[in-house]
Amino acid sequence: MIRLQSVTKRYGKFQAVKLLDLEIPRGELFGFLGPNGAGKTTTLRMIAGILPPTSGTVSVGGIDIQRDPMRAKAKLGYIPDRPFVYDKLTGAEFMRFTAALYGQDGPEVEARINELLDLFELIRWKDELTESYSHGMRQKLIIASAFVHRPEVIVVDEPMVGLDPKSARILKSLFRRFVDKGGTILMSTHTLEIVEGFCDRIGIIRHGELVACGTMQELRAEAAADGARLEDLFLRLTGEHIEPDLDAVLG
Amino acid sequence: MPSSVDLSDVAVVAPPAPRPAVRPAQPSFAVLTSPKWRSAIARLRKGNGEGRGGRSVLLVSAAALFLLAGFGIAYRTVTYFKGVEEIGPLLAGKLLGMAFLAFMSILLLSNLVTALSTFFLARDLDLLAAAPLDWGRLYLAKLGETIVHSSWMVLLLAVPLLAAYGFAWNGGILFPFVALGALIPLCVIPAVVGSAITLLLVNIFPARRTRDLLGLVTIMAAGGLVLLLRLLRPEQLAGPEGFRSLVDFIAVLQSPSHPLLPSEWASAMVMNWLTRVGDPLPIALLWTTAAAFVVIGASLQKRLYAGGFARAQEGADNGQRGGSWSRLARVFMPGVPAMRREFILKDLRIFFRDSTQWSQLILLGVLVAVYLFNIRALPLFTGERVPVFLVTLIVFLNQGLAGFVIAAVAARFIFPSVSLEGRQLWLLRSSPLDPRAMLRSKYMVGVLPLLVLALILTITTNTILQASPFMMAVSIATVVVYTLSIGGLALGIGTLYPQYDTENAAQIPTSFGGLVFMLLAVALLGGIIVLEAVPVVEHLRSLREGEGASLTPGGVLAFTGAMVLAVVAGWVPMRRAVRRLEQLEA
Repeated sequence: MIRLQSVTKRYGKFQAVKLLDLEIPRGELFGFLGPNGAGKTTTLRMIAGILPPTSGTVSVGGIDIQRDPMRAKAKLGYIPDRPFVYDKLTGAEFMRFTAALYGQDGPEVEARINELLDLFELIRWKDELTESYSHGMRQKLIIASAFVHRPEVIVVDEPMVGLDPKSARILKSLFRRFVDKGGTILMSTHTLEIVEGFCDRIGIIRHGELVACGTMQELRAEAAADGARLEDLFLRLTGEHIEPDLDAVLG
Repeated sequence: MPSSVDLSDVAVVAPPAPRPAVRPAQPSFAVLTSPKWRSAIARLRKGNGEGRGGRSVLLVSAAALFLLAGFGIAYRTVTYFKGVEEIGPLLAGKLLGMAFLAFMSILLLSNLVTALSTFFLARDLDLLAAAPLDWGRLYLAKLGETIVHSSWMVLLLAVPLLAAYGFAWNGGILFPFVALGALIPLCVIPAVVGSAITLLLVNIFPARRTRDLLGLVTIMAAGGLVLLLRLLRPEQLAGPEGFRSLVDFIAVLQSPSHPLLPSEWASAMVMNWLTRVGDPLPIALLWTTAAAFVVIGASLQKRLYAGGFARAQEGADNGQRGGSWSRLARVFMPGVPAMRREFILKDLRIFFRDSTQWSQLILLGVLVAVYLFNIRALPLFTGERVPVFLVTLIVFLNQGLAGFVIAAVAARFIFPSVSLEGRQLWLLRSSPLDPRAMLRSKYMVGVLPLLVLALILTITTNTILQASPFMMAVSIATVVVYTLSIGGLALGIGTLYPQYDTENAAQIPTSFGGLVFMLLAVALLGGIIVLEAVPVVEHLRSLREGEGASLTPGGVLAFTGAMVLAVVAGWVPMRRAVRRLEQLEA
């Protein structure tokens, strides 16, 4: 459903993503991990059609997002890490606008907006301007709006930041149900506990390269660390396990 | 080597032994304001970076041209006043006092709004409020920031005026320091007063509502001031009869008209230096007042800031938003695809809910009123009969003035529209929205009201000027084509030179792209007027020779040329804007 073939992204001389190959089939929840600045968000933004790759191809649902961006994007819902919305629109208006961007309109959309806002407990605030929303409420609004047009693929960057425990649980259930019904999710996060128990497969990116990819068992086998937790595997695979000199820092 | 970061055996993670609480050393004013001035330096360096030389040259040239023109006008005025026998210095001092009073009024209004941002809404406030920072230092740092933000433009305006005084009286090399000595307290006093008023308001209203309120008050005050100044008909003073009465007026007022106004002290300080009068009183009054104001402001800050800052975190809106826009859309946009309709509705909603945007309409209304008043005040039909040639010429040149007004309005309302999408580009870029559809929607939202304004201006002024049917037709056709073109030019250049990080729409037209747009808009206007001069002169000739109105092939060709020029000027930037949006890396 999501396919990256030899994808590279350069910012001037800096190579953020290097010849990345990745395939995420229908019905899979894929966790995307990596240290800060590893190229996760750049990869996600290329899949969402926000950034063009310097070379290589990105396809969503079998459609090349560079060649036919309109049809590819219509299949996709993108949830960014920073919840920027229009301050002077209400929650319902923002969702209606998002639906319209995907060409959807009418009573069915209105019903769906109410359904999603109700799910994320925003229905009370649907007619309030989003400038009065908290960070978490904005995050929930963006997540709800990513589902408004019934996408086949969700690309999500750090979804749990700012969410209260109940909303985080709702989101996890929503993601799982979405995948069970045949949807595809690519989720980037630093919350390893969520990835460990929640994702079907995990990819670890470091310096723009995929250094490991597979199920938890496969990653353990690759790192030759039976029974190891994802945190240990992550630190080992990303080469970040060297003990820092804490005495010097805190002493 | 351990396989992971295991801190369980690291003794140092235990909290340090309790220490006596000490008051940390306070950062200096320079350190506290360093993020601001370092950012400004970084911006300047970036501005002078590779490939930006041409941009810098254009900006510096425009600023130099503006300053030179300002100096030229100010120098002529000052030398004229200076030349008046016996009371010359008094008149010049009065003029300077009035200019300083105007500066102070503008600064007070500007500081009200700026102080709200710097003291209560700035992004660095959480960091500063969480730090063990002395309230007095925070006040001085924020006051300094407020002064710089609100005063730089007024200081820039003061440069040509004071330079004119310096040259007219041969003020010497120390004169710039004297001028600065007069201007600094003039900037400090309104900043303290403005921030104190804002402090009081924020303690009464939530910050967002205060912002709306202050924005509205500022715009209305500025509009009222412009309208008042115009309706006073200052041009009458330029007439010999009017001037005599002004001299009488000034002569009667030998003493300062408002002895307690700092602007009078500043004016006296400058004029004393220029006329070699040794009187330290104005300097003492000016500086001690500024210092006393800072102390009063600081004590208000100590008492009220914490409460105001807490209130500033509150939201402002609790009201329900109805679906009136949607109902209007159903009536006026039947059959329009959902994507375009919602885009138009979104832009309209945001415009009319954002007081920093819709309130500009008040200023626009005032400027249109002044414009119409100016046309009405022309002495064309008051005395003896004016030749048809002159009336036609004025009607024709009025097209240029109207065109300039339309370009300025487009710069304020259409030019920023793509930049204002900056923080939401993730949504637009990740959705299957065609950039063409987005630009088309923005074009419609911007250009239709502009067209209505342009037609009202043209038809009203031409009716006042009693334009002939031929000139009325030429004017209407020109203004329609020019407006449609200028909409595309503004949107296109606004997309090619975006300001995605600027949240205040009013600041966007003052960017480099805004300057490029205005230059191109004026060039287009000039091109159209030059081309249309051909058929208009032909028309006048045929009138003089008693023939009916007719168009020669040359005239038709000129009109066609003007039309083609307008279409190209609007279409090419839009086309490039579409390409830029398609390639945008948001």
